[in-house]
Amino acid sequence: MINYIIRRLLLVPLLLFGVTILIFGMLSFLQPVERLALYMRDFPKNEKVVPALIAKYDLDKPIYVQYWNWLWGKVDETGKRDGGILFGNFGYSRSASQPVVELIQRRFPATLELTIWAVAPVVLVGIWLGVQAAVHHNGWIDQAARIFSIVGTSFPTFVFGLLMLMIFYANLQWFPPGRLSDEFSKIVESATFHRYTTLITFDALLNGRFDIFLDALRHLIMPILTLSYINWATFLRVTRGSMLETLRMEYVTTARAKGLPERDVIYKHAQPNAMLPVVTLAGFSVVGLLAGAVITETVFNYPGIGSAAVRAATSLDVVAMLGFALFDGFILIVAALVVDILYALVDPRVRLS
Amino acid sequence: MAQTVPSGDNTLLRDAIPVRKIGRVERFLGPENYRIMQGLMKTPASITGFSLVLLFVLIAVFAPLIVPPVGKDPYSIPRDGFKSDPQPMGTEWKRNVPDKPFWFAITGQEKWTHIFGTSEGQYDIFYGIIWGTRTAFYAGLIVTISTLLLGIVYGSIAAYYGGWVDMILMRIVDVLSILPGVLAALILAAILTPLIGKSTVPVMVALIAFGWMGYSRFIRADILSVRERDYILAARVVGVQDSRILFQHILPNAIFPTLILASMAIGDVVLSFAGLSFLGVGVEIGYADWGQLLSFARNWITSLNTYWYIIAWPGFFLVLFVMGWNLIGDALRDVLDPRMRGKT
Repeated sequence: MINYIIRRLLLVPLLLFGVTILIFGMLSFLQPVERLALYMRDFPKNEKVVPALIAKYDLDKPIYVQYWNWLWGKVDETGKRDGGILFGNFGYSRSASQPVVELIQRRFPATLELTIWAVAPVVLVGIWLGVQAAVHHNGWIDQAARIFSIVGTSFPTFVFGLLMLMIFYANLQWFPPGRLSDEFSKIVESATFHRYTTLITFDALLNGRFDIFLDALRHLIMPILTLSYINWATFLRVTRGSMLETLRMEYVTTARAKGLPERDVIYKHAQPNAMLPVVTLAGFSVVGLLAGAVITETVFNYPGIGSAAVRAATSLDVVAMLGFALFDGFILIVAALVVDILYALVDPRVRLS
Repeated sequence: MAQTVPSGDNTLLRDAIPVRKIGRVERFLGPENYRIMQGLMKTPASITGFSLVLLFVLIAVFAPLIVPPVGKDPYSIPRDGFKSDPQPMGTEWKRNVPDKPFWFAITGQEKWTHIFGTSEGQYDIFYGIIWGTRTAFYAGLIVTISTLLLGIVYGSIAAYYGGWVDMILMRIVDVLSILPGVLAALILAAILTPLIGKSTVPVMVALIAFGWMGYSRFIRADILSVRERDYILAARVVGVQDSRILFQHILPNAIFPTLILASMAIGDVVLSFAGLSFLGVGVEIGYADWGQLLSFARNWITSLNTYWYIIAWPGFFLVLFVMGWNLIGDALRDVLDPRMRGKT
């Protein structure tokens, strides 16, 4: 086991290195002048200064020198460090008019909050649907689930989101887009409201403001429904397949032959063993949500990290985009590590191979 | 005891052993492919899938007959004026009107109307949907085929050489797979757009760049298992060239599952393409593309109850298109999955 964890841990720096190379590689599509423009808040009007600046920041040097400067920053004689993503210097986002790190700090709590609330509906309901489909194999639940999964995989997120907006916002006025109603966001921003966790729903409860809690929840419902809907199809398919296979195993027949009630056979004997592939899927789905549900957040105008990335992309704010990519890459690598180790703890076959 | 005289015909034999008649089609296709075709023709799901795709092929091919192109570039949706509010279905089409198509004679229509209404900026939705079908096929097929080829070549190299080459190549695949597909493609497309110019190309390049890894993993695993078979060893013993072993002996036997995967991916690719163009990356505003048409609705969220047609029609066609491909892919998987064999 320890062997496996060590081997897995050794992979992490390698992947991190790979991701920085990949992102720097995308940056090197641009000309030196363009890259200079990316990182200068006020681009010099005098064109004669430009070559000097390019030389100053080594933008004309070989690619590995530039990569090192980008990674480690450039230290001048006085010991002042300029740039360097390893030191959290991700640059300045033009579209948000603030440093990328601050932008991420401001946007990430919203995504985290959405993820926390979406986990239960996405994962648990998805698994439950799959188990039901498998238990009633070829019954009407299974057929309905099959149709649902085909329609579900064909229905684009943004069309589904727009339809939800049409029904629940434009027509019924039940669930508005955004994160919080205007009157409450003023209260949340004010000094009397203590921000313990930066997650609005939890802060509202801690401050004893139940009305704000309900309002925040009301804004979360449509994104959660959309995320559940797009993930259920996959969960359904994987759980159903795995469960069907497990139900054909001999130990399940044995359990039935012993005269165990069908409920125990399914939920105590079959399901735990059928969950192995589902655990991985669940891990990666949750991590995927954490990295920012790009389209869902944009459709519902939810101020998370995904919609910020879209805004950066559409306004050609390359610095911010690469910042988001680095941040996401980091989260995903760490999360994949956790998922793999958990999986090895659950399934002895993995760590022995 | 009467003696049976050999009569020359084999009626007795035929009666003793029931012989299945082999039709012309089966003889032509071979037993395995015939079984697959039969499987595909049997289920209602796959028949629906094929009909849907066929319908869209017809729409794409006959687009100029359904709505004659307006202006120099048929892929830019004609605008009936510049008002911002969408106009309802059936409004008369006044400016940039297409020529009369053949089907006016059947319906007895005289003038063009906006069949599905117009979107923000008076872009005709019907025109966009019909010509957008071409964009969908174009993007879906080019991206799928390119990623497939790239993945197959890459995966075969990794599997065939093995050792440290395989190690390095597969770690590169790992790194490329870390970022979520949509985000990675979004970033690359946004960087490429100013360099290449606004068109379908940046998005397609981005989708290709981050879309091939699945195929390379898949084909690699299959090649590794085929490589150990006896007939490969036999070929090696006889002294067949390496490249010939790879391309003539291993690949044809390992490639099938990857091809199924690709057939199932076309729908996904079209979805990602439409998604990116919905987010506003890639094509020019007013390009005949379903995602682009849907993105017009983003400014009218509060009044979608009046302007429902600006999302309903493009959304409907996009869903049907993707569903067609998914149904085919699903049926193919059911027929070809080795565990399902003999059970149909």
